[in-house]
Parts: sequence; C-alpha cells; structure tokens
Amino acid sequence: MDIVGSSKAQRVPSAFFDKNHAQAVQKEPSVITVSDVDVVFNIASEQLNSLKEYFISLARRELFFKPFHALQDINFEVHKGEAFGLVGTNGSGKSTMLKCIAGVLEPSAGDIRVTGSIAPLIELGAGFDMELTAKENIYLNGALLGYKKQFIDEHFDDIVNFAELQDFMDMPLKNYSSGMVARIAFAIATVTEPDILIVDETLSVGDFLFQQKCEKRIQELVNSNNVTVLLVSHSIELIERICDRVCWIEKGRQRMLGPCQDVCNAYKKLQV
Amino acid sequence: MVSHKGSSKHASIENATWNSGFKRNGFILKELVTKDFKLKYRRSVLGVLWSVLNPLLMMIVMAIVFTHMMRGGSSDKFPAVLFPLYLIIGNVTFAFMNDSTTQGMTSIIAAAPLLKKVKIQRNVFPIEKALFALVNFGFSCIAILLVMIFFQVMPTWNFIFIPLFLVYLTLFCIGLSLFLSTLAVFFRDIIHLWSVVIIAWTYLTPIFYYPSLLPGWLQNLEKFNPMYQFIEYFRSILLYQTTPSLKHNLICLACGLVSLGIGYLVFKKNESKFILFI
Repeated sequence: MDIVGSSKAQRVPSAFFDKNHAQAVQKEPSVITVSDVDVVFNIASEQLNSLKEYFISLARRELFFKPFHALQDINFEVHKGEAFGLVGTNGSGKSTMLKCIAGVLEPSAGDIRVTGSIAPLIELGAGFDMELTAKENIYLNGALLGYKKQFIDEHFDDIVNFAELQDFMDMPLKNYSSGMVARIAFAIATVTEPDILIVDETLSVGDFLFQQKCEKRIQELVNSNNVTVLLVSHSIELIERICDRVCWIEKGRQRMLGPCQDVCNAYKKLQV
Repeated sequence: MVSHKGSSKHASIENATWNSGFKRNGFILKELVTKDFKLKYRRSVLGVLWSVLNPLLMMIVMAIVFTHMMRGGSSDKFPAVLFPLYLIIGNVTFAFMNDSTTQGMTSIIAAAPLLKKVKIQRNVFPIEKALFALVNFGFSCIAILLVMIFFQVMPTWNFIFIPLFLVYLTLFCIGLSLFLSTLAVFFRDIIHLWSVVIIAWTYLTPIFYYPSLLPGWLQNLEKFNPMYQFIEYFRSILLYQTTPSLKHNLICLACGLVSLGIGYLVFKKNESKFILFI
C-alpha cells in the first residue's frame, strides 16, 4: 500500500505542482459561473407546516415577512480542471451556495451557469437506503447520480475495490458503520471522472487511511485537468493542500476571492 | 445590472458514463421500483405470494360478511353466485389508487435528503410510487384470474380492453399522486386528512355493495366518482362480459387526463419551492 507511507512525502512536490496547476487552469474555459447571486429565504414561510399555522398567520397578516439574505452579491467563476474551495464560518452560506451550484435551489436573483456532469459528494448516504445491501445501493445510487447501468456493471469491481469492502457487499447498509458508508459513497462518486465533483465535509468520517486515500483520489482528479473540484471544508489544511483558488463567504457576503494561500491566511487570522 | 429573477442553467450531457433525459429517469424509476419491491417482501417467507394472497383473503372475508347482507339487492348484469368476483375486482382496483396516493403523497418528503443535494427530476418520486402500485396491481390480477378460474368464468375478447384500462387508471393515479405530494410538502395535515378521505371514498364507491342499493340521488352522483367509473369499466371486461362503450372509454380517459393535467401543473408550478419546506 503505497498510499499510506508516501502521503507526507508527496505533499511537498504536490504543493509545488499546485502553483503551476493554478496558473495553467486559469486559461481554461469556466465551467461554473456565478454572477450576482442572491438567495433570500422567507423565514416565516419556512415554519408553516400545517394548515392551522397557515390560517393563523394569515389572520395575523404575518405571512410574507422577515426576509433573510442567505447569500448576497456572490460572484465567481470556476475554470475547467480547477480545484476551488469555499470557506467560511458556520452558517455563512457555504452549503446554500453548493445547493445553488448543484441545481437543487434556485437563486432569488442572479445567474448560475454550470456546464457538465456533477457528481455530488455532499452528504453521506443521501440516496442510500439503509435496508438494502451495499450492492443494491451501488446501483440505486449510481442511477440517481445519472450513471448508465452498463457503466455501473463495468465498474462495479472498481467501486468495491476502492471502498475495500469486498466481504460486506451483501450486508444491509444499516449494519455498516458511518465510515463504511462514506467509503461506498466516495467510491461511487469518484469511480468516473465527473466534470464537476462537489465535496462537502465527507472526508471527515472515514478513518485516517481512507481519508488519505480519498485525498489522493481527489488530487488525481485535480491533476487530470478534466475534473473541476469544488471543496467545502472546515479543515483549512485540507483546503490548502488541494485547492488552487478559494472563495471566502462570511455571513452571506463574499469576503474574499483569490489564490488559495492568500485567502486561507486571511481566513486563519479571523479564526485566531 | 440587476436581474430580478434568479436562474440557474445546467447543461446536460450524455456519453458512455452518463445517462440523460428520458433514459436517466427511466433507469432511476426502474431502480426505485426494484428497491420498493425488494423491501416490501424482504424477510417474509411467502414473499411476493402475499400480493396474490392478500386480495384473495380479503375477498373471502368480505364475501362471508357481505353475501348475506347483499341478498336483498341484486344486479342484472351478472349471476349472484359471482359476488366474490364482483368484490375482488372492486377491491383490487381501489387498492391501486389507495396505494399509489398514500405512498405517493409522502414520496417527496421522504426523498428530502436526496432532493436537497442532487439535481434529480423531482416528479420521478410520486410517479414511481404509482408505478410500484401498478406492479402490485399486476400481481393482484393473478388473484382475480384464480377467482375466475374457480368460478369457471371464461375470458372473452373484451380482454383486449385491459391495457386501455391500465393506461386510464395509471394516468389517474399518477396525477393524484403528483397533486397530493405537492400539497403534503406545504401542508403536512393533508397526510392525516387523506386517510379519512380514502375511507369515505371507499364507502361511497360501490365496491362491496350494488349501486342499486343507493338512494336515487346518490346513484346519480356516482357518475361523477372516477373510481366508480374505473371499477365498473374493469368489471364490464371481466365480470359482465360486455364491451365498454365508447362513452365509458371517453369518461375514463378524461378522468385520467384531467387528473394528470392538474397534478402535473400543480407540481410543476410549485416544485422549485419544495426545497424550502422539506
């Protein structure tokens, strides 16, 4: 297993490589364009889950108030092959931004353009059914991500091998530990080279060996120059290792956008 | 430059790895139906046999209870001895609607973790529940067939209307499922209310009694009950052995299309707001 021992040694040259990589990808066309994006939640309407509540607030005329700006004036472009990080403290709108990019949430104003296939690796087990076996879940999740059946058939062994769970394929997922679920999820999402890979805090669940393995795989995808990686993490070290450029979102506003090291240094000052 | 309405554009692609459009949703539907099917019968000894046994047992219970009660009334469309067949056709057809709506209603809420993360065509979930109910309906039809064999009822060429019937009813169920799943996202009360509606609808539909037992005004009102129309359509094929009239076909088709149209529009108009409520 070369992954384990060499991970530290590899990081120095990969940081060196990163700089060239960051400059190279700037010339590539942009695959994600976020322009003037606002997301406004109506706080009152989020809590109305029953007819009774609806009529009560209708009677009190409280229905349409309290807008909450989850995101305001966000602007950035992500180029093809780039590793782009999003940082920010809890509740500053990182996940909202990812939802907009993934296409599940429509911005209240502004434009988002995304070119290519998206493999979201956002939450463990979204799209998994705990009663099904791992094997059945691979097909279910693959279908939900948009893979072809034939593609899953051909790459089934790759997925299993990467997750290192050969002996547990016929076990229902409810008997898996969260780390094992994370392995499967990561293996499915990265078995192909998606155009855009969205990674949100998933890595923190697996054990350190698997974390390193995932990081190595992400690095491979980044270095291939075909895959755009969008990474959200509270681990600033991880962002520093992987990303070319970073956008710092604070309280819904874009605080800083620029090369990884600059933004990370500024962000770290805030933390202390 | 200020744009007033937000927009997001996602170009879709298709190659050796990725499905797009119709094929993508088809594969998702197939996997979801397979999942539901596996989970329904996992760990039960008789497994899928229950889909056949359940309507049969139900029919036997109801036949014991209602054969005596219905002695007063009668139908001129079929011999009284075939009452169990009359029962099971009504039951199975109504169960199709019941299954697809009760499960379809909560399908969007249940898929919340997924819908919050992955861009999927949202209507696959309520549609899948209707299709899953259709699969179960298929197995229940084996039970009907067994009852027909038992009573030595010969199939006629009217059987060719069965596919049409399935199309009408499935459209109707998909429409209702889409409509209810949208409502349930915004008002969870609907989930509780619908179980009452289903019970009322069961009693108001001539499933275990003859329509002739109803008072005149209610008999007239039955014409506007889509489930009565569907059940009578199916009965006319299997039990009365008469060809469904053109009018009857049009009524059932209209029920299906109107339900699908309303369901689709209501769903489409509101689906972008789902994520705020699930």
